[in-house]
Amino acid sequence: MAEKERKTPKLDELEKGAWPSFVKEIKSAAGKNPMANDLLGQLERSYEEKIGHWKHGGIVGVLGYGGGVIGRYSDLPEEFPNVSHFHTMRINQPAGWFYTSDVLRKLCDIWEKHGSGLTNMHGSTGDMIFLGTRTDELEPIFSELTKLGFDLGGSGSDVRTPSCCCGKARCEWACYDTMALTYFLTMHYQDELHRPAFPYKWKFKMSGCPNDCVASVARADMSIIGTWRDDIQIDKSAVTEYAGKGMNIQRDVVGNCPAKCMEWDGTELKIDNKACVKCMHCINAMPKALSPGNDRGACILIGSKAPIVEGALLSSVLVPFIKLEPPYTELIDLIDRIHEVWSENGKNRERVGEFIQRVGMGNFLEAIEVEPVPEMVAHPRENPYVFYEEFFEDESEEQEESEEEK
Amino acid sequence: MAEEKKKRLTDIGPPHYEKFLPPIIKENYGKWKYHEIIKPGVMVHVSHSGAKLYTVRAASPRLLSIDKIRIYADLADKYCGGYLRFTSRNNVEFLLSDASKIDPLIEDLRALGHPVGGMGNSISSIVHTQGWVHCHSAATDASGLVKSVMDELIEYFTQMKLPAKLRIALACCLNMCGAVHCSDIAILGIHRRPPKVNRDKLKAMCEIPSLVSACPTAAIKPATINEKPSVEVIEERCMFCANCYTVCPAMPLNDPLNDGVSIWVGGKVSNARSEPMFSKLAIPFLPNDPPRWPEVVNAVKNLVEVWAQNARPYERMGEWINRIGWPRFFQLTGIPFQKEHIDDFKHAGLTFKRSVHLTY
Repeated sequence: MAEKERKTPKLDELEKGAWPSFVKEIKSAAGKNPMANDLLGQLERSYEEKIGHWKHGGIVGVLGYGGGVIGRYSDLPEEFPNVSHFHTMRINQPAGWFYTSDVLRKLCDIWEKHGSGLTNMHGSTGDMIFLGTRTDELEPIFSELTKLGFDLGGSGSDVRTPSCCCGKARCEWACYDTMALTYFLTMHYQDELHRPAFPYKWKFKMSGCPNDCVASVARADMSIIGTWRDDIQIDKSAVTEYAGKGMNIQRDVVGNCPAKCMEWDGTELKIDNKACVKCMHCINAMPKALSPGNDRGACILIGSKAPIVEGALLSSVLVPFIKLEPPYTELIDLIDRIHEVWSENGKNRERVGEFIQRVGMGNFLEAIEVEPVPEMVAHPRENPYVFYEEFFEDESEEQEESEEEK
Repeated sequence: MAEEKKKRLTDIGPPHYEKFLPPIIKENYGKWKYHEIIKPGVMVHVSHSGAKLYTVRAASPRLLSIDKIRIYADLADKYCGGYLRFTSRNNVEFLLSDASKIDPLIEDLRALGHPVGGMGNSISSIVHTQGWVHCHSAATDASGLVKSVMDELIEYFTQMKLPAKLRIALACCLNMCGAVHCSDIAILGIHRRPPKVNRDKLKAMCEIPSLVSACPTAAIKPATINEKPSVEVIEERCMFCANCYTVCPAMPLNDPLNDGVSIWVGGKVSNARSEPMFSKLAIPFLPNDPPRWPEVVNAVKNLVEVWAQNARPYERMGEWINRIGWPRFFQLTGIPFQKEHIDDFKHAGLTFKRSVHLTY
């Protein structure tokens, strides 16, 4: 079915140039699909008027789920009737974003039959995004997706789709199995993922090393970042090879060490591992010669988020080091305690990071039964206003009080 | 009907990732020894077993038609047994075990209009949001801006000639679905006009107490207008976060005369050398100028080039600025410093210069 060709002079400008063009993608779908064709028309209008034409989302979804579908409606439904409904479906990606050609084709077939034929590979949280369909198509799509072995991702105040770096699948720096943990958490929290019951969203991101390729320290309520406790492994002959090939080890490696824990005398590289802060710089610079130690695990940080509402936060250290092996009992216990405290006491639309800011990290730690340790702070408090909760009374005061009570 | 319900699959989660891993990855899972970037956009991972896995990384607009995904699938079949993956920055990666197939694949990708690159000391794809393509609160478009910026900076994607990696991100409003707040360069859509209250919609669609409490600066107060419960906006208190609009559709901030783009610099998430840091405001406002946003493109290009000329090897944007100081940054980039650069929200005082460590 050929769609009528629209005049889109503004968008046509974005077909030119060396970077792959999203306009070409929309046009490629628009030739066959009325939704994509109306999207093209509405987008051209936005480019003329410098304003979006989508209404605020409504509540739509599949039976029994509260998340996974973002309702979207055009505010120009008479002009662009085929995008009057244009809902997003979030499809939980396989951990690490690995696919086979076979499964991608099957996903495309579903989306060709029931949607706009446009996708995002991938959305910001990690899901595969099916961009634009009608309410009455949601159930048929869901049914075909589940038959293919796929499920929806999270949206709203629920566990959002966990995501991770490729970890041990293709990286020598992975300090724990990020893909295994991501799959485990995704399956363990299926109910929490599909049925929003929290004060606000909860994101998990798993990075295998302190390079943090999935930006978990900035974007996850719980950031699980791989690290190690023992000595950096050195392959001396490979160090010599780097030096021989002209690398300025003193300037580029030793000189950039934030802990100043390295020495290079022109032949031998020495590391004071007690002082090493596991920043990864030297390992990044000399991947053939240096690698993380063997006592590997992760650091768990908590509370990062973008600015809405009370300002952006980076995650901060909650557990300096934990071994992460199945069945992950210690981790799950910790997460469940946090969810319980935050769910009971968090305000509507209050991320856990903001909740901690409001109640105080000390009180939060007490509530989740985690002992405070110095690794949790950049430095101890500077302000002297401490909220002590109890004080001693002398005997006469105690007597007065007990008399008052009588 | 009852039978049908029984058959309905739910809560199955995603398929297990193992189904999609190429044999070479299954065999060497957790056994990788080191990796090297062979040339722009191509790296090899070498296993302790001696096995070699070649990755070819290509640019993607993120917004993909099923036609394009099918072409990716065909390429994966042709060159690497049907195995491919996507990266956290929306690039596509083909996973090869035969080195002789690298160059033919690169040629095919180039012919398709998907340049190969984005590794090492380069600019990788711009992480971005939906913009006017699919969002109700966008202050600017996302895909069009990304396309315009990357068309101009393409040489930094296909080559590795920068002092360090450079990560650009774009979010079309302060909600920051793209979490741009820790990027070397962040392009952020902003609103600048307080919400216009749509009184009829408000009554039908919103709960006044939750709307009032949604405002972080207490700029929204309950009011009775024409004997009906409504709200009033104290406009001078509005900082354009749009949280009110998120909880109540009757409070739109979108406005073509006032919406535009701000530019932030110097954030990072990696722990390498320096700790992760937030991006800081470089340019408070640039106009929305579709379809090519020349003001934004030029501003980003200027930032990239001034940094590239002045930074030391390995020095990310924020590390470079920390070394030279903000006064020198503004001087070198030619960006005028103005009132909006100085924080006035919570803990703003912590961002003031509290020493005489200055250069003259």
